[in-house]
Amino acid sequence: MSARAPRLVVQSAPFLRQGVTTPALMRDVLIALVPVTAAAFWYFGVGALLVVAAATAGAAGAEWLLGPRREGGRRGASLADGSGWLTGVLLGLTLPPGLPLWMAFLGGVAGVGLGKLVWGGLGHNLFNPALVGRAFLQAAFPIAVTTWAPPGGPGMVLASNFAWPLMAAPAAPDAMTAATPLNLMKFGGEVTALADLVRGDVAGSAGETSALVIALAGLWLMARRAFDWRIPVAVVGSVAALAAAIHAMAPASYPTPWFMVCSGGLLFGAVFMATDPVTSPLAPRAVWLFGLGIGVLVVLIRLWGGLPEGVMYAILLMNAAGPLLERAAQPRAFGHTRSGA
Amino acid sequence: MTPLTARTFRHGIHPEAHKEATEHLPVERMPFVARYVLPLSQHTGAPARPVVRAGERVARGQVVAEPGGFVSTTLHSPVTGRVSALAPRHHPNGRLVDAIEIEADPFASQEPPAGEPIDWRALSGDEFVAEVQRAGLVGMGGAAFPSHVKYKLPEGRRIEKLVVNGCECEPFLTADHRLMVERPGAILRGIEILAARLGAGEVVIGVELNKPDAIEALEAALAGCGGDAGGVPVRVAPLKVKYPQGAEKMLIEALFGVEVPTGKLPLDLGMVVNNVGTMAALADWFDRGLPLIERLVTVAGPGVARPANLLVPVGTPVRAVLDHCGGLDAEVREVVMGGPMMGTPLPSLDVPVLKGTSGLLAFTESATRLPTEYSCIRCGRCVEACPQYLNPSRLARLSRAGRFEEMEGWNALDCVECGSCSFACPSGIPIVQLIRVAKSALREQKQRQKAAAG
Repeated sequence: MSARAPRLVVQSAPFLRQGVTTPALMRDVLIALVPVTAAAFWYFGVGALLVVAAATAGAAGAEWLLGPRREGGRRGASLADGSGWLTGVLLGLTLPPGLPLWMAFLGGVAGVGLGKLVWGGLGHNLFNPALVGRAFLQAAFPIAVTTWAPPGGPGMVLASNFAWPLMAAPAAPDAMTAATPLNLMKFGGEVTALADLVRGDVAGSAGETSALVIALAGLWLMARRAFDWRIPVAVVGSVAALAAAIHAMAPASYPTPWFMVCSGGLLFGAVFMATDPVTSPLAPRAVWLFGLGIGVLVVLIRLWGGLPEGVMYAILLMNAAGPLLERAAQPRAFGHTRSGA
Repeated sequence: MTPLTARTFRHGIHPEAHKEATEHLPVERMPFVARYVLPLSQHTGAPARPVVRAGERVARGQVVAEPGGFVSTTLHSPVTGRVSALAPRHHPNGRLVDAIEIEADPFASQEPPAGEPIDWRALSGDEFVAEVQRAGLVGMGGAAFPSHVKYKLPEGRRIEKLVVNGCECEPFLTADHRLMVERPGAILRGIEILAARLGAGEVVIGVELNKPDAIEALEAALAGCGGDAGGVPVRVAPLKVKYPQGAEKMLIEALFGVEVPTGKLPLDLGMVVNNVGTMAALADWFDRGLPLIERLVTVAGPGVARPANLLVPVGTPVRAVLDHCGGLDAEVREVVMGGPMMGTPLPSLDVPVLKGTSGLLAFTESATRLPTEYSCIRCGRCVEACPQYLNPSRLARLSRAGRFEEMEGWNALDCVECGSCSFACPSGIPIVQLIRVAKSALREQKQRQKAAAG
């Protein structure tokens, strides 16, 4: 056999690539969110799943309608990268389980549209899209977004889920509203049992309550190198350290570090939101500062701010500071001295 | 072997080795073919100047072109035959370059040149450098930088360490591996000559742990001559398997934990780094008078019928080498000269094997299909991969935007083009390719400025 002229193409080296692709990275995060969503279902029922579904529909719909087109003009070129779906699921899990579905849908549209696409699409946005969606809802519907229901088991669906757009929500019976552990701490000085926080059997956003499930999902993602491990370590570590110091000074008026770490959206934010690679710095030293900044802001907002919870704003503020940190903390290049030479 | 003490450099990648097809195959000699092409520029630096005319008869090993400057080297005929043309021919890089074409004499015995051993101890420093240039030696690792240039030490400069590179970190390639297994004596002999000439106090041979038989063979040969080469202590240093460990600066970092400062050479740290193949070629010249007219080439890849390690005369057409290995699969879309990470894609099979050709790899359609490209999500895998600690993600973005000058501030010119960033990118972005474009644009711009100023 002779080496007949094969149709040779000339590409430029390298000719080998590792197997992981960006959609696979997104898929990994979605897989890690399965147990978190299951916990949301266990405690807050079908209603929580509906909220997640509505937010995802809004996010994916915005991606389809407003995102880049495929070759040939058909819509939805960027749906394949998985990031739009992920934004929707993440947003849904940070919303109260009793939120009217149309609001969740609108949040998804705002998250992808204002949080990502107006910046130029995936990879170009400054702020975490899911948190932009949530901040939008918090500004637009402050009452609905802070109305919490106690865990009601897998069968739970609230009438408020089905409110018509722009109509007043059906009046929820008093028995159906509850305070989150952070509300109880801030406005009532009442401390929730740690075991309930770890299991997640408390009022709160659909996916943020079970510290145990979120921590396990985070460890799995860390083992798969799906995100920079420094981020959750820095966030949780700085919150724990700062809270411990404050608690030690005045144990009666300030909560324990365990409570601070396991309550509210801290773990969910540290594992799933702050780790968004697009909106976090790359350089290791900048990453440490980024995580530290989030931790400090969370503690400041929770203990002395006007709101009971501060994870969302802490992350969004540090998103804004990211490029600055990156610039200030560039790693030293090989063969250069630290000062640059 | 002591893997616990094995060292390596920071960052880098772990591509699949793909060496199993050829790592245990003994070297075969590639038969002589009818026609050879010797491009005059197959080394870094000035092209060689031909000293033969068309129609002239040449003997195997005879000089056919003299160095065209100090950074240039000699070319010898790989066969006994007749010069059929001095004309432009296709170089593997795709350009037409001046070349000497030689038709082999089918009736010649093709005896190797009968050279006398050279008494290298009697030579002065400059005579030694000239002798190495006369041998036509270039770095055998792939860059083909004329070796004698490295041996010309500036006044008052001393070499403390001779570093011998047996990493062969490119996937698929096993030519250096087989050389270390089959001819450890020649490598040590080359080391002995060079260490004595450079006045080196210590020799370290870096070999990755995936070549245990090579480490063993070198250790055994070393034990046979008392653990040193002509009185200079030699040590085989096992290294963890990682790409691009064979890059000069990475190898020095792996072995000694020091960084060659940017813009400096290993020489500035009192070191010279040479490939194992160069050491064996040095021994062949000084002991047997055999110039660099043939070299080891690994022929492999999913599209090759019979992978092999071949001793190929320089100038042999790639087509003939692939035919000798059973031809190509019909699905082949890419033939690469060198390794898969840094090699040159061939536009045609009618180009010759050069002094720097370490491998010929054939890849099929599925292996070379361009990946679907997604946006950069700043996952940082390229940053973790880059052995120069650069930010390839940002460099690629700046290059796409045409902001080349800004890239200089991000140390784009320190890029060694190892391709680790493109390998690691999950979004399929051609990062190193984008950086290469910027680097060559910057180089051209500098040359224009220089021309305008001078």
